[in-house]
Amino acid sequence: MGPTSWESATVVAIRAETARAKTFRLALSHPGRHLAGQHYVVRLTAPDGYTASRSYSVASAPDGSMEFELTVERLEDGEVSGFLHDVVEVGDELEVRGPIGGYFVWDGTTPAVLVGGGSGVVPLMAMLRLARRERRPDLVRLVVSVRAPTDLYYADELPGPESTVVYTRQAPPTTTRPPGRLTTGDVASAITGGPGVTELTAYVCGSTGFADAATDILQEMGFPTERIRVERFGPSG
Amino acid sequence: MLVITDPLAGKLGEVAGTTRGFMGRHRGERDPRLPPGQYDTGQDWPVLNEEATPKLDTATWTFRVEGLVAHPVVWTWDEIRALPRARYAGAIHCVTTWSKFDMTFDGVSVDTLLAAAEPLPQVTHVLAFSHTGYTTNLPLDDVRGQKAWVAWEVDGQPLPVEHGGPARLLVPHLYFWKSAKWVAGLRLLDHDEAGFWEQNGYHDRGDPWLEQRYQGD
Repeated sequence: MGPTSWESATVVAIRAETARAKTFRLALSHPGRHLAGQHYVVRLTAPDGYTASRSYSVASAPDGSMEFELTVERLEDGEVSGFLHDVVEVGDELEVRGPIGGYFVWDGTTPAVLVGGGSGVVPLMAMLRLARRERRPDLVRLVVSVRAPTDLYYADELPGPESTVVYTRQAPPTTTRPPGRLTTGDVASAITGGPGVTELTAYVCGSTGFADAATDILQEMGFPTERIRVERFGPSG
Repeated sequence: MLVITDPLAGKLGEVAGTTRGFMGRHRGERDPRLPPGQYDTGQDWPVLNEEATPKLDTATWTFRVEGLVAHPVVWTWDEIRALPRARYAGAIHCVTTWSKFDMTFDGVSVDTLLAAAEPLPQVTHVLAFSHTGYTTNLPLDDVRGQKAWVAWEVDGQPLPVEHGGPARLLVPHLYFWKSAKWVAGLRLLDHDEAGFWEQNGYHDRGDPWLEQRYQGD
């Protein structure tokens, strides 16, 4: 990754993913160049020069266009996420810097299992979208854990043969799995019929608690530590 | 490589343009201990890794100083803890924009470890490496002169594994990715060699007061 500068991006669309998450579609003045899994920093500047910056994962697949999407969870007391949710409108300019990150990145050519908890699905969605766009959905298996159906991001787009949704508190009536935490069995059945543990790279994204639990599951399944890539969402957004 | 210097980096108060409707929250009460672009995380201590948290056993744990030294040294857990104890009390600064104040870390000064190994005169940099394979590069002058520690206690308690326990490197005057979790040793070099994050676009030095976050800052 080369050096990056702050630049201005225009908000061209905003849509709600859930009651607490919105996706912001941003347009740059040049083609974007992000990879699936990378993030951008958004910086807000007050009239007196005070700034607040936070990092947000890109949800859209790389497509060579000038636009990309960030999905932002509204955090309790979140200075930046609260502003983005409550104040920002289509047509606003936001300062951004990126794309950033060279490790939690999927290049679209190798078999991968993607394990996300809640808002941790965002960078994984970029990977799923890339796989589908490249017509290689066989390369990825996505397992996402949410509390209830109303907490699932991208609910109209995410479901498919590559993806499994696990509900921890409240499951829709159409599912047979009782609500509960992610288990080894959930991940094992998600990857059944595809590339095996020895061929897959795992991408885990979520809260620290979720990431540790998912890492334990993957290690139990035989994934070597060096093929488990983890991104944690702490209270830094 | 074309290097574009970011004209905004590190210049607090120099504003390219304001964000419509944003006034910010912390009016007129900014803590002078807070480097530019950072916020005070308060009681929280966010955990940021891109690796699986390892399970390290202090019975087999080691720390080594190797590379361009007169005497490569390996310490066991008991041996390193028998060295003279040293303490850091103060702030830490993470590149993801949080800072945390009034922390106390106990361990051993890197000066003590280097003195045992005797760096050769041509040493200019060190590469810190972890039991996980993580690496980070630092100028030699940033880890000597009472600026760096190997720490195994925080605020009087054993360092939790998610924060790098049993022991981590502590270089608190630089962004915290330089303070390698689960540290396994220092390799002394006569050149700079990019570590894990540095190969992925982060700055080779990482001074929070200069906002050296990414390559080119």
